[in-house]
Amino acid sequence: MKSALQVRSVVSALLVAGLLLLPLYSSLTGNIFVLTMFTRIVILALAAASLNLIMGYGGMMSFGHAAYLGIGGYAVGMLAQEGIGSGFIQFPVALAASAIFALVIGALSLRTRGVYFIMITLAFAQMAYYVASGLARYGGDDGLTIYKRSDFAGLINLSNRVQFYYLCLACLLLVLFLIWRIVNSRFGMVVQGLRSNEQRMRAIGFPGTRYRLVCFVIAGTMCGLSGALLANNTDFVSPAVMYWTRSGDLMVMVILGGMGTLFGPVLGAVVYLLLEELLSQITEYWAIIMGPLLLLIVLFGRGGIMGVLGRFSRG
Amino acid sequence: MAELLLRVEKLVRRFGGIIATDHVTLDVPQGELHAIIGPNGAGKTTLISQLTGHLMPHSGSIYLGGRDISRLPAYRRSALGLARSFQITCLLPDFTAADNVALAAQAREGHSFRFFADARKERALREAAMNALARVGLSDRANVVVSRLSHGEQRELELAVALATRPQLLLLDEPMAGLGVTESARMVKLLQELRKEVTIVLVEHDMEAVFALADRISVLVYGRVIASGTPDTIRQNDEVKRAYLGDQHVVVRHG
Repeated sequence: MKSALQVRSVVSALLVAGLLLLPLYSSLTGNIFVLTMFTRIVILALAAASLNLIMGYGGMMSFGHAAYLGIGGYAVGMLAQEGIGSGFIQFPVALAASAIFALVIGALSLRTRGVYFIMITLAFAQMAYYVASGLARYGGDDGLTIYKRSDFAGLINLSNRVQFYYLCLACLLLVLFLIWRIVNSRFGMVVQGLRSNEQRMRAIGFPGTRYRLVCFVIAGTMCGLSGALLANNTDFVSPAVMYWTRSGDLMVMVILGGMGTLFGPVLGAVVYLLLEELLSQITEYWAIIMGPLLLLIVLFGRGGIMGVLGRFSRG
Repeated sequence: MAELLLRVEKLVRRFGGIIATDHVTLDVPQGELHAIIGPNGAGKTTLISQLTGHLMPHSGSIYLGGRDISRLPAYRRSALGLARSFQITCLLPDFTAADNVALAAQAREGHSFRFFADARKERALREAAMNALARVGLSDRANVVVSRLSHGEQRELELAVALATRPQLLLLDEPMAGLGVTESARMVKLLQELRKEVTIVLVEHDMEAVFALADRISVLVYGRVIASGTPDTIRQNDEVKRAYLGDQHVVVRHG
């Protein structure tokens, strides 16, 4: 057991070190592409980490998590469109909008369990998708171009590739730190207890839905941050970021990396997005290779990559 | 006579056409160990579930310490000092024994919306957990994951979890179910200890244990209480003898 933890810690530490040193590699080799690609990976890793909080630790299989990517993104895009370019306004609005959305859909969907919960969260995300498609003033189906990235009054320049990358990485590490604290706190114990045996938790005096809802809102808010960063990264936001296949991508990252482990979703995001990149260079039908590969991992690598690492080190 | 802690009045619960709880009235004074016995299908677990709030009665009322709790949800009743153990073991299987009990202690301390401090490093919670584990003799198994505990140990852990909520009233649904002879003996000894501190309502099939432990016994047959009294009076009761010694059709004709 102990050595399993050690192998995982080593891999996690290497992962963080690699991400921290990436801009150095990029500038030494003059490879700008790798930095751009990893900016996107880091942003989506943040989204996957937030999904892991409810899915891995809380046992809430949300199939609509990409909705927050869109809500965070549209908050930035719509404010920019209306001439409010300050990141000090855009980002808090993005987080608040995501939190409110999570509160509403959580309050409604957390009455259900299992398949019904999956379906309801999916339905809400699709609703958000169609609402965004109908926003004619903000580009509708075609999406909304953001002409100027969020302005942080000279504190940090989001148009500078390296600075933006480090901002995203800092956000990811902050979110991971918060999740780590939450999971081990009294609150986190209750949420994990509810995943394990809800009847028992009610019998000892915990009103389950309340704790689940707060957890759901925290995760949604974190993902809203990811959405705001993603919009800045692409200078563009469109309904497509909320489409259900996007939510599926996030779930795959979490499951691939290892549900209920702190660094699993980050590892999952890196592996998934790198594979996608590499395979799509080989063939345009890359999904034909990716699909079976994921199947194999889910079938034989229970607990995802982190699970395999754990077993590997136990011998 | 000591103050009444639990009072059940004319409780009724139906499942379709079957009356599982038929106007049950029950008084349990503070400090008593009250056993509920009855043949299979008599409605014992249905009764317990209504006391804990896992099942709502169709009519009648339940009072805990004078307060009407008939309509409160399970978690509120637990906060008022009512704890239960389940007939079928109900624990957090992927948590350690200590974590299971610590969560119960945590429930006792009001809301758990604390997001930052490491709960496993809170001394008060750990001590409460270790104390409860020590009471049931599981101290050396504290850091074992529940799914790796033996059945007997899980039964004991159920009790430790209930104790850690510091209940006024402990509802035990067949704590001896599935235990071997030595394990049963240990459980009886443990209950002998616990009854000194807490009022207990015990549902149990093990007659030897019931007659050894109970202050008073209520006999449930087809949802009705047919007799209630000290072990001696119950032992003498003809109706109970008929119901309990496998001669149930007599009671059917009778009722």
